[in-house]
Amino acid sequence: MNFKSTIGLEVHFELKTKSKIFSPSPVTYGAKPNTATNVIDWGMPGVLPTVNKDVYRLGIMVALATHSHVLPTTHFDRKNYFYPDNPKAYQITQFFQPLARDGYVEIEVHGKKKRIGIHEMHIEEDAGKNTHGTNGYSYVDLNRQGVPLLEVVSEPDMEDPEEAYAYLEKLRKIVQFTGASDVKMEEGSMRVDTNISIRPAGQKELGTKVEMKNLNSFEHVRLSLAYEEKRQQQVLLSGGKIQVSTRRFDEATGKTVLERVKEGAADYRYFPEPDIAPDHISQEWIDEIAASLPKSAEERYNDYVNKFGLKPYDANVLLQTKESSDFFDAALAAGADPQLAANWMNTQVNGYLNDNRVSLADVKLTPEHLAEMIDLIKDGTISSKIAKKVFAETIENGTAPKKYVEEKGMVQLSDLSVLEPMVKEIVDNNPQSVEDFKNGKDRAIGFLVGQIMKQTRGKANPKVVNKLLNQELAKR
Amino acid sequence: MNYLNETIDSLNKKLAGGEITADQLAKDTLANIKETDKKLNAWITVDEDAKVAEDLDFNKNKLAGIPIAIKDNIITDGVKTTAASHILDNFIPMYDATVITKLKEAQATLIGKTNMDEFAMGSSTEHSYFGATHNPWNLDKVPGGSSGGSAAAVAGGQVVAALGSDTGGSIRQPAAFNGIFGIKPTYGRVSRWGLIAFGSSLDQIGVMSKRVKDSAEVMNVIAGGDEHDSTVSMREVPDYTKFLGQDVKGLRVAVPKEYMSDAVDEGVRKAVQDQIDVLKENGAIINEVSLPHTNYVVPTYYIIASSEASSNLQRFDGIRYGYRAKNTKNLLDIYVKSRSEGFGTEVKRRIMLGSFALSAGSYDKFFRQAAKVRTLICNDFDKVFAENDVIVGPVTTTPAFGIGTEISDPIKMYNNDILTISANLAGIPAASVPAGLVDGMPVGLQIMAKRFDEGSIFRVADFIERQNKFYEKTPTGMEE
Amino acid sequence: MKITITEDTIRHVAELSRLEFGDDEIGKFTQEMDSIINMANQLQEVDTEGVEETVQVVDRDTVFREDKSEHWQSKEELMKNVPDEANGFIKVPVIIEKDDNE
Repeated sequence: MNFKSTIGLEVHFELKTKSKIFSPSPVTYGAKPNTATNVIDWGMPGVLPTVNKDVYRLGIMVALATHSHVLPTTHFDRKNYFYPDNPKAYQITQFFQPLARDGYVEIEVHGKKKRIGIHEMHIEEDAGKNTHGTNGYSYVDLNRQGVPLLEVVSEPDMEDPEEAYAYLEKLRKIVQFTGASDVKMEEGSMRVDTNISIRPAGQKELGTKVEMKNLNSFEHVRLSLAYEEKRQQQVLLSGGKIQVSTRRFDEATGKTVLERVKEGAADYRYFPEPDIAPDHISQEWIDEIAASLPKSAEERYNDYVNKFGLKPYDANVLLQTKESSDFFDAALAAGADPQLAANWMNTQVNGYLNDNRVSLADVKLTPEHLAEMIDLIKDGTISSKIAKKVFAETIENGTAPKKYVEEKGMVQLSDLSVLEPMVKEIVDNNPQSVEDFKNGKDRAIGFLVGQIMKQTRGKANPKVVNKLLNQELAKR
Repeated sequence: MNYLNETIDSLNKKLAGGEITADQLAKDTLANIKETDKKLNAWITVDEDAKVAEDLDFNKNKLAGIPIAIKDNIITDGVKTTAASHILDNFIPMYDATVITKLKEAQATLIGKTNMDEFAMGSSTEHSYFGATHNPWNLDKVPGGSSGGSAAAVAGGQVVAALGSDTGGSIRQPAAFNGIFGIKPTYGRVSRWGLIAFGSSLDQIGVMSKRVKDSAEVMNVIAGGDEHDSTVSMREVPDYTKFLGQDVKGLRVAVPKEYMSDAVDEGVRKAVQDQIDVLKENGAIINEVSLPHTNYVVPTYYIIASSEASSNLQRFDGIRYGYRAKNTKNLLDIYVKSRSEGFGTEVKRRIMLGSFALSAGSYDKFFRQAAKVRTLICNDFDKVFAENDVIVGPVTTTPAFGIGTEISDPIKMYNNDILTISANLAGIPAASVPAGLVDGMPVGLQIMAKRFDEGSIFRVADFIERQNKFYEKTPTGMEE
Repeated sequence: MKITITEDTIRHVAELSRLEFGDDEIGKFTQEMDSIINMANQLQEVDTEGVEETVQVVDRDTVFREDKSEHWQSKEELMKNVPDEANGFIKVPVIIEKDDNE
């Protein structure tokens, strides 16, 4: 029997704001427990929420980037449940009137393009964090309480794990290039829950849904869905029934494990949050945000390949992160040659970042300095060998390349009035090399170049020296 | 210090003239409370170290150096705030409610926290973990509630004015039962930041005082916008004392027939009618009107208020503050035992009703339907206010009842609120001004106005006060 | 139309509310809740066809705060009412699993 899978994804993104969604406490990562909190985060008696405008702005950016329809009137609602990391015992979310609805993301799997629908997206508050001890106790830290989240709920449009993987990749890239979120699975700024059901081919009504929560990576999403497809098929083929349940992916075994069976729908007693007035989103504001939306990865790719003539490979490497693409664009804006800039970004810069396990934001290199250095190479002021030294200094200490080169006397010697007599002299003094050259030994040139480099302490422009030597030798 | 014959003006004069210092006034006030509260039990916390503001400016600040009482569901930094509940009986807040910040800026002396029904749920102040408060007019009667402590403290001469809160009549009903003035402002006129939430879409902080003008003075201080509360209005606050001393000529006064039905005790109706007649004699135009959905306000209110309360009170879970049950086996046990031991019966009833109304399968039938009927109730008021300036009628169906006589019949208790809860559902301002005595107990005249038209309420209440001079009467229960 | 509230309903709602009622009180409580809920049920008589809901009566909307971070209370102030704490954390009996089916 053949089966068809139906997969839906719920993805949470932490939105990149300075303060929390309903309180002005700082949003931090890695602060000491309960230090980035206030009375609102604690759900102290008598406190009231106030809505952070930027949470809406960033949410609308993602809505626009996914062709979603922003609702003109939204309202927050309460989702009621008790848990130690949920101080008010309700989460403020948007249940009845979410931020946006009816969007889509276009994916390409095995050369086939497909639209995956976005059912809705809403903004809400994150919960605190529990650490489970081994001594029978858990420890609650409320620093994360109130960090803004955007939850993007897909339509159940995906039919196999590859499509789910492609959707996640695409969605991550889209969100990343709006700048609304850091989209880092490992830091929890992107979190994925999946649901999957299978049904015999030809059957119309969907099968029973199984949910999987807190998947650690896209790869786990793919593996767990693939495993679930097979498992559910086996259950059905052996005459069993799928239970409405939540399962978890076990990394070690590559299997999914039953967490709990759901009896009836969860009863969160949603109702409109009376402490927050309705929010009207004007078309003017949406237009304003649309105008400020950074270029998408797709648009940038087109520019890189078609406008600047980069190789598709180089363009894709630059577009791995918004950070590197932004950096590259800024270097171009500062006058850098596109292909040279791409080469430097994708080899030296990336190499440095990888070796030191840092990101562009952590280093002192600026796009302007990169452009300046590339200019120095291009106009022959420094050799690419010297450039490596300059680069090391600039990225380590933020020294301006031009200033550094001048101060250290690293400027390349290209002056013909100096080099021509020098070349003549060297050739005169090395008749054996002239002989070798005439006998077709190319190495002779190398030796002569080396002599000139020695004499100029490496500053002579190798290109110019080569040219002059060839000219001089031809005369002999 | 006994405040029965004092006003903010008289105290301000004494303080400014050096007849008494603010420190002495605070001391005398504390001493009087200590003495008289044996009868009333109006206070949960009396702040023996109550601080008098520095650099008192009696010209600029009418309230400078004057002790004010605060209902114990209003958060006070460093001063125990319990909402009269076992679950918060050890809770020391680390911030101030906005009204407290404003009173401190106005240099008032905050003398302590008054008794109330637990989490403001009730209309008798019998539902307090700290015991019932007694009515100064007859110690065997309830003072009403939930702001019964504030009302008794004012009526009993312990303070000149007190803050209360009103979700369904909790300022007006005790004001009526105690023969004092009490006003629930328009929803959004006073910030709710720091008010322990009961029904968030209904709750308002307001003022209770013996004299109308004193409430106007306090309202001038506490009303207005606040960045902490997104539901508070940013409209300018008028000087409420400007509405005093006027006549009522040409004022259009609506009297809803539903408020003067047989369901209201005859004596109460007569006292109220007397006041209406006085208004008429003085040139007001009296119109009989109808609020056709009055029969449905009690169920509408109890569904909405309890639903919101069930959610608002979930934070009291024994984890971060408040009472945590002993001898618990696991987390669920902490939740269930702390809450079951920490909340009183009435609070549990409301939580249960609210959870039920919001639960799967009930939401549309109960919460959503109530929210729709609420719209119809609002429409009733809009219609009346299109042709009238104020609505008047009784506050309560009876005068104060005996302590212990109704506590076991929740439905009867709930139905007592029928005349006051509409104003909360519609978000309009409403007040109670003394109308007279019925069988020796005070009853009130309710005055309601359009949203943000507290001015008209002050105008009518002040006029009534000047006519019937009820303030000259002394509460009979306080006599030796 | 009268609706009947059973002890099972009350037990379920109590579970949602994290409250418990002893076997001796559950009967009386169920009766009380039955009459309260039936009082509330009168609302079914009202024709609300096409009527909008009123969930709050506010005179403003779209009230936003600018995204600036501020520090209000210290950890020490916030922790001072915590019944049980350890190393700056709030301490609770171990949470076995997150049950979102409630």
